[in-house]
Amino acid sequence: MTTIGRRGRDWAPAVVVLVAFLGLWEGIVRGAHVQRFLLPAPTAIWTAFSSNQGQLWHEGWVTFQEALGGFAIGCAAGMLAAVIVARWDLVGSALMPYAIAANAIPIIAFAPITNAWFNPLTKTAHMVIAAVLCFFPVFVNVVRGLRSVRPSQIELMRSYAVGELTVFRLVRVPIALPFLFTSLRVASVLAMIGAIVSEYYGGALDTLGANIEQDASLFQFEKAWAEIVIACILGIGFYLAVALLERLATRWQPRAEMVGA
Amino acid sequence: MNAVSIRGVSKRFKGGTTALEDIDLEIEPGEFISLIGPSGCGKSTLLRIVGDLIEPSGGDVQVNGKPARQARRDHEYGIVFQDAVLYEWRTVSKNIALPLELAGWDRGRRQARVDEMLELVELVGFGEHHPWQLSGGMQQRVAIARALSFDPAILLMDEPFGALDEMTRERLNAELLRIWEASGSTVVFVTHSIAEAVFLSTRVVVMSPRPGRVSRVIPVDLPQPRSQATREDPRFFELATEVREALHLGSGDAPSLTEGVL
Repeated sequence: MTTIGRRGRDWAPAVVVLVAFLGLWEGIVRGAHVQRFLLPAPTAIWTAFSSNQGQLWHEGWVTFQEALGGFAIGCAAGMLAAVIVARWDLVGSALMPYAIAANAIPIIAFAPITNAWFNPLTKTAHMVIAAVLCFFPVFVNVVRGLRSVRPSQIELMRSYAVGELTVFRLVRVPIALPFLFTSLRVASVLAMIGAIVSEYYGGALDTLGANIEQDASLFQFEKAWAEIVIACILGIGFYLAVALLERLATRWQPRAEMVGA
Repeated sequence: MNAVSIRGVSKRFKGGTTALEDIDLEIEPGEFISLIGPSGCGKSTLLRIVGDLIEPSGGDVQVNGKPARQARRDHEYGIVFQDAVLYEWRTVSKNIALPLELAGWDRGRRQARVDEMLELVELVGFGEHHPWQLSGGMQQRVAIARALSFDPAILLMDEPFGALDEMTRERLNAELLRIWEASGSTVVFVTHSIAEAVFLSTRVVVMSPRPGRVSRVIPVDLPQPRSQATREDPRFFELATEVREALHLGSGDAPSLTEGVL
């Protein structure tokens, strides 16, 4: 069987489940006459989607820009902070406990506050919370990655009498890369959450979050669900893009044969 | 000028342990020296002092007529650790080429040397593999190829075959001797194994712990080139016994009367 044939066979069960699930959903909503504010039928959501496509994709794009901007800033800051902390132990022992704690708290709780600090009608307010959400997991993981270098790996470089920067470039960075990419995948999801949820508390009229919130409160649930579907597509797409980048950058990693992934 | 000249070297670690005390050793070019001793005798520390990876508390080390620090900077030696320390993100070829890259060799020259080294350690065809695809013994051969890639006069080895099974170990011992003869380098080899020390060396340096010092130097007069037959030579057993007795004397254990020969 060809690779495509084999891949198709791996995916087939999942596709069947999706079709069955949608069919069941449609059937139950129609058969039980479920109220639209509880659960619209997939066909109703599709109608809302196709008749507002241009607007919906535009909203998605605006929100995605906020997520992407926050992601870029937060991850870059996280990487920089990690390099500094890993290099200077004293700074590290002072700051790491707080970073680890911050990684555990629901930072999204700050959304109404960042909306008060920055004008929520601009992209900035939402980028800020997305950036903060991305910063901590990247920071903690990159520090871990940089610190996971074995002494013998450094000893070998010392026997070649090279400078610290060369050791950093040739040894520490490649070792930290897998750790970095794991956190980037997590951050991509968090960035979308940050952008959308902060938009719930106040966002411009052409953002996804503000519209989901508004449409739900106006009982236009089919449209709200359609917007949620857009959010899902963007979120998954973002994650997959990062995952693809990870694959390309760490091609040397031994990989077990993954089924259907 | 000796390959390695160790005079009055001592090493005290923070916390008070005296790892080495008053070590004197002269190693001539082309020799194969084994350092053998129980844990804590300082043999690995001594090796690292020779390689300028640890600073001695006292004494002087000259490598090829230069202070150890200068010798390290001039890439006078290659080093092989017990853990092969291959960088997983590089192929076998790129691992071997690493010191050449750092020394600024151009691509053509690097590739030619890598091919030579792959032939030397009998890993032709494995250049594009990654370390995780190789067995432990093969990984160590790559580490040896890397250590010799820039043609150093001296090879420092810290129990390189310690993590391997006995059969692979004996095979790699024979290969190492072949490589040693082909390259003409001086080897300083740390080991726990009496058989290995006797088989490989021109002289065996027996060390004792607490504090670490040289208790005996035993010349090995077995003929070269050595082979599996050498391991069955009566003289081999005699020398191994000599080494064993020196080890027991040094660490204060009386040799048991009921102990087997090897």
